[in-house]
Amino acid sequence: MRYLLYRILLLLLTAWVALTVNFALPYLMPGDPASVMVAKFQGRLEPQAIKALSIAFGVGVNESIFQQYLHYWGRILRGDFGTSLAYYPTPVSRVLGQAIPWTLGLCGTATILAFIFGSGLGIVSAWRRGSRLGDGLVPLALFLKSMPQFWFGLLTLYVFGFILGWFPLSGGYAITSAPGAARVLSILYHSFLPGMTMLITALGGWVMTMRNNMISILAEDYITFAHAKGLSTRQIIYHYAARNAILPSFTGFAMALGFVVSGAILIERVFSYPGVGYMLYQAVISLDYPLMQASFLFITLAVLLANFFADLTYVFLDPRVRSERAGS
Amino acid sequence: MNWKQLALQNRKATIGFVILVLFILVAILAPWIAPASPTSMEFQPWLRPSKAHLLGTTAMGQDIFSQLIWGSRLSLLVGFSVGLMTTFLSLVMGLTAGYFGGIVDGILSAITNVFLVIPGLPLMIIIAAYMTIRGVFPIIVVISVTGWAWGARVLRSQVLTLKNRDFVLASRVAGEGPLRIIFSDILPNMLSLIMANFFGSCLYAILSEAGLEFLGLGDVNVVTWGTMLYWAQNNMALMFGQWPWIVAPGICIVLVGTAFALINFGADEVTNPKLRRR
Repeated sequence: MRYLLYRILLLLLTAWVALTVNFALPYLMPGDPASVMVAKFQGRLEPQAIKALSIAFGVGVNESIFQQYLHYWGRILRGDFGTSLAYYPTPVSRVLGQAIPWTLGLCGTATILAFIFGSGLGIVSAWRRGSRLGDGLVPLALFLKSMPQFWFGLLTLYVFGFILGWFPLSGGYAITSAPGAARVLSILYHSFLPGMTMLITALGGWVMTMRNNMISILAEDYITFAHAKGLSTRQIIYHYAARNAILPSFTGFAMALGFVVSGAILIERVFSYPGVGYMLYQAVISLDYPLMQASFLFITLAVLLANFFADLTYVFLDPRVRSERAGS
Repeated sequence: MNWKQLALQNRKATIGFVILVLFILVAILAPWIAPASPTSMEFQPWLRPSKAHLLGTTAMGQDIFSQLIWGSRLSLLVGFSVGLMTTFLSLVMGLTAGYFGGIVDGILSAITNVFLVIPGLPLMIIIAAYMTIRGVFPIIVVISVTGWAWGARVLRSQVLTLKNRDFVLASRVAGEGPLRIIFSDILPNMLSLIMANFFGSCLYAILSEAGLEFLGLGDVNVVTWGTMLYWAQNNMALMFGQWPWIVAPGICIVLVGTAFALINFGADEVTNPKLRRR
């Protein structure tokens, strides 16, 4: 129970920090970026919009910073993220809402597949240590880990999209495709290259984690004992070693997820994929601070939640954590 | 274990060190190796690779090969500076939390966990977006401030196992103060881990730097591998068939990154005998 309680507290604490950082950054930075932004849009937007913006970012408002902070919380809890400046007058929540399914679909699928394939390859690499396959996977995984994901994306886009012309160069789907099955196919078709880029570049980390865990566990006495009992190799790998080796991978999930999300932002930019990462990029470029804040919040909270659930899975998978719960 | 042993004993680390030394030499010797100035736009734009321009020229008529060589300076500088800063932050947090334990550990570990879970690049992007000054130094600060948590966690757990060893207890009984115990008993015994952590951070730095600069969040007027990619993408280098402009800086980042990763992995192998080849 203590483990679970600590995780929940940590989730709340981290969410609070993220929300507060999001609020405080424009105030902390030198050069008063919020005033610069308001000044930039002066005359380009309706006076009410400028006023709403000024209030949201505390420009020329006669309120203490604490009062502004409370108002900020009020707006967040009501789900009011203001009006997007780049897509004026669409509310930020609507702009973001359109982008979210794209990112969740692409990132979610790529992460889960990378976890499965990467851990699988890690098992192979550890078991076949000393052979060409097992040891060859290590430099390959290190290489994949050290590659800027967006750069790999640029290359795949160039080769398979531009030179060979097998895949589309940008976007989430063809506007000409009819709604229904054709639209679904078009979406899958467009997501193939960005998805593959994310999958391949994320593999390396999982391979290395799993390999190192497996190697430590294969040196344990109970594995030697399982050999002595005459169990088949298959049984030893999957029922004895891999089950234990996969556990630390869940605690390393935070790191891996941060990696995937960071990669996704850049990859969406490369493929002009209509997800949250591309939205964040466009918001930054066009100084659309309300959209930028909301995109950051969404990405961070999504990562926090995914992490929290990975931790919960850990509780279910590892009896030691469970028994600690029963004991306390 | 010291640098020399690691570099010579472990084949992966040896390869990593060789690559790294080559790049450092290139960075130092840039003024003598580079055939042209990286910023002068004296040549014709979009020249294909030839003897005069090994990698061709950019859309603005700069020599890509010269940019690549000069770019190694700031790219490596950012990598090493962030590596040092991150390692320093991780050490301070990890050592303090691990050694003092109790409420100090509770608070510092909570802070570490918070920073560990908040994804790095989105945070870097919004910090960089609010910054009115653009440049290399802000990039170094932003990456370091967001990237120290993993190292702090690893170092803390190492301190936890070290601080109850007999030789540390002996020092404590002998009446040594915490500073002396930390610096002369604990720290020397985790040097290899700190080293692994340093090279891991350098890898993280090189990749983050490339990402931030690719998005145009650095100073786009200085020449680094990241800004080269930014200009190449914004001038649609690939669509104009000028692939060396994108491929070359990327390969340099990959090579330096792999060198860091190899040394990091080598240091891991040396400290953890289980990982070593049987």
